[in-house]
Amino acid sequence: MTKIFLVLLSLIAILQAQVPKILRVYDKPNDSGKAIIIEWRDEPDSTRSIVGYEIYRRAADEDSFYNIGFALPLSTSYEDASTTDNKDYYYYVKAVYRDTSFVSDLSLPVRSYAQWFHKRRLNVLVFAIIICGLVIWYTERAKKGEKLYVRRISGLDAIDDAVGRATEMGRPILFSFGLGVITDVVTIAALSILRKIARKSAEYQTKLIVPNYDPIVMAAAQETVKQAYLEAGRPDLYNENNLPFLTSDQFGYAAGVDGIMLRERPGAVFWQGYFFAESLILAETGHSIGAIQIAGTTAITQLPFFIAACDYTLIGEEMYAASCYLNPEPQMLGSLKGEDTAKMIITILFIVLVLFATLTKLIPSLNNLYLKIFDWFTAQ
Amino acid sequence: MNFWQRLGALDRRIIYTVVGLAVALPLLLKIIMPIRVSEPVLNAYKTIDELPAGSVVMISIDYDAASEPELQPMLIAVLRHCFKKDLKVILTGHWALGLPLGEMALNKVAAEYNKKYGVDYVNLGYRPGYSALMVGIGREIRDFFATDYRGVPLDSFPFMRTVHNYNQIAVLVGFEAGATGDAWVQFAGARFGQKIILGATGVVAPDLYPYLQARQICGLISGLQGAAEYETLVKSIGTATLGMPTQSILHGLIILFIIIGNISYFITRRRKK
Amino acid sequence: MRNQLPLIIVFATGLLVIVTFFIPHEPFGSLEQRFLVWYSIVAGFTMLLGLDSLVRYHLIKIRDRRSGWGYSLVLLSGLFVTLILGFYSWARYQSPFKLGSPFMYLYSYVIIPLQATMFALLAFFIASAAYRAFRARTTAATLLLVSAVLVMLGRVPLGGWLWQKIVSLIDLLPGTNLSGLKGLEVFARISDWIMDVPQTAAKRGIYIGIVLGGIAMSLRIILGIERSYTSGS
Repeated sequence: MTKIFLVLLSLIAILQAQVPKILRVYDKPNDSGKAIIIEWRDEPDSTRSIVGYEIYRRAADEDSFYNIGFALPLSTSYEDASTTDNKDYYYYVKAVYRDTSFVSDLSLPVRSYAQWFHKRRLNVLVFAIIICGLVIWYTERAKKGEKLYVRRISGLDAIDDAVGRATEMGRPILFSFGLGVITDVVTIAALSILRKIARKSAEYQTKLIVPNYDPIVMAAAQETVKQAYLEAGRPDLYNENNLPFLTSDQFGYAAGVDGIMLRERPGAVFWQGYFFAESLILAETGHSIGAIQIAGTTAITQLPFFIAACDYTLIGEEMYAASCYLNPEPQMLGSLKGEDTAKMIITILFIVLVLFATLTKLIPSLNNLYLKIFDWFTAQ
Repeated sequence: MNFWQRLGALDRRIIYTVVGLAVALPLLLKIIMPIRVSEPVLNAYKTIDELPAGSVVMISIDYDAASEPELQPMLIAVLRHCFKKDLKVILTGHWALGLPLGEMALNKVAAEYNKKYGVDYVNLGYRPGYSALMVGIGREIRDFFATDYRGVPLDSFPFMRTVHNYNQIAVLVGFEAGATGDAWVQFAGARFGQKIILGATGVVAPDLYPYLQARQICGLISGLQGAAEYETLVKSIGTATLGMPTQSILHGLIILFIIIGNISYFITRRRKK
Repeated sequence: MRNQLPLIIVFATGLLVIVTFFIPHEPFGSLEQRFLVWYSIVAGFTMLLGLDSLVRYHLIKIRDRRSGWGYSLVLLSGLFVTLILGFYSWARYQSPFKLGSPFMYLYSYVIIPLQATMFALLAFFIASAAYRAFRARTTAATLLLVSAVLVMLGRVPLGGWLWQKIVSLIDLLPGTNLSGLKGLEVFARISDWIMDVPQTAAKRGIYIGIVLGGIAMSLRIILGIERSYTSGS
């Protein structure tokens, strides 16, 4: 009798183990509402082949449950993104096997609602305030007359020489934004460099060619060059056909620019913007025609290629500093100083956290605190 | 100009001719070399290998014909692995001119494993504006892809009826020749916790190593070598494995050029002194 | 006002996008998504702008019989033939990418070889650039050179083969037995380490600078300090 009882008990235990158990049902945090998350625990029967989990839902004003979604085997949660805010919902989960299925208990009622602040982004907000605060503070100090130092950037100093050299040789100047689009901040930084080059080329009456990959960038470049020519007092020299659209195909663009370089043989070439694998194809062709080449990009993988093939290269953030360097107004330099201070703070923070992480290996009791800090820094 | 100076300024056409021969000859001779599997590729393989049959894998073709020699063998090897494991495949892409490459690979590999369109795999095609799309799939895939690339409604394919957002996609595999991989990590990975594997060209791959270290991606298949490693793991020799001798010889040749260049540099410098 | 209006639009839009990042509640929550969709639509239409520029540029070149006008003729013919075949395949096969359609024929036998050829040029250019640039002029340049050689060896089977040969050669010395080290793949391990540690560390350093520079630049744009991208002064 006892044996039978024990067998029955273990059978019930096995059956219960196969039944998914709802752990939590809650409003999705930090969202715009209309979403509820269901979490469950399940120990699928290893002897059977599980297909997945079906999620059933009933709203407070409905009579029956409806299948609203499916989750993969091994899943332990599901996001129901089709709810109406401030309305009670009940859920259950069905574990579906090839030949049978097991149903969980009903969940407690739950409502979805929208949040006014994304708590997981508090870290970003704190850093944004610190960085923006520093930039604005130093800008204000610079406006009040504080002298700020900016180190020499040889690539930018060489612009005048390069334009002069092309003029002496009687050859045109070529400028390329690479594959950058207007939403890339680096393209806007490159526009300020283009403006400086265009003004010089107008003064020296040297032809400036700007082949484009993106039509919006083309329109912005045309405006910038037109304005620069106007500032130099030579609007008559501006020719829209010198700033054509080539193609939005990566290697088609590379072939097109290479072709222009081989035909026009520019004396100075500027690669300023965002580049991909075409960088070396362009820069080596520029080198082969004997042009002086000044590159600048935030595409880290392309930097080695430019450094190998060009005379000067603006590395990463030097591109962003270009407009401040070429136009050293107090406000511009102030923002640069703010950026540098932010970088210093972040570097100190890195060192402190790395030391702290190392310390947790020696003092394991600090691990929980470290994990909390780590979690706070993880952006979402 | 003496011999060493001339060697230091070697005509690029001579270099190009030697490189051309070094590329062509091993390809013609079809040599096969043993491949060592690296950890990032092994992790990518394991992530797919551990999925239960029926799981959905989304593959994004973020390259075009220019990167085909490096990325197409990767795609074919991953597709073989998916179909061998009876996984369901959703194909999409953010480079309009890359989608036909995806279609070609799907047709080739599906036929090998007797997989049916709509039952085992679908091709969603291309939609412009990848950032919006990646965020949008987090809510409902049909907001962007109401139909497949031929205009057939998604709900007419049985396995797609249960796929709505990243919740139902077990792994996302992105084949990258540009910056789209970063966007997948930022949008699908960081915001929706999507498990991601990236395959990238040799030039792009170094950019993705930080994601690998930060465990934001589960695996990384980099360049032709990575593709050859995946081919080794799925035990199917393809163009990547066949291309490795060429790459080996070319690397050796470039090293040889560097050594010659330095010898000429040092001798010339000593003579000047 | 002509100069001020764009700056006001930039300021308002920039601020709104920042705010929406922190407020999930509607109407802010979906604004980012909406802006991205608007951008996609505008970007789609600007292709017409590009097409106009391209066609006009080459038509003028052909009309004036400027040097190389024959190439312009080839380019325009290519453009329109591709366009026509794309539309025809769409109408006839429901999708231009359907295998067997004329567009796919063009894609397989013209676009793929052309693009692959351009990318393949990189192998030649890398060889010539490496030959010229990798000179051990300074200690830093020597370190760069040595790391490059080690990574190049470690990334291909040649590295494994070379390591085995080195071990075999050392084994020839009397009294040495290093055969157990043959499978160590030292070049591959060094290459992995260089990629994982120094390469990633340097890259992260540059990247942090780029991101902070980007934030400062964006702030300058939003606050109207940076105006060089506008047509106004």
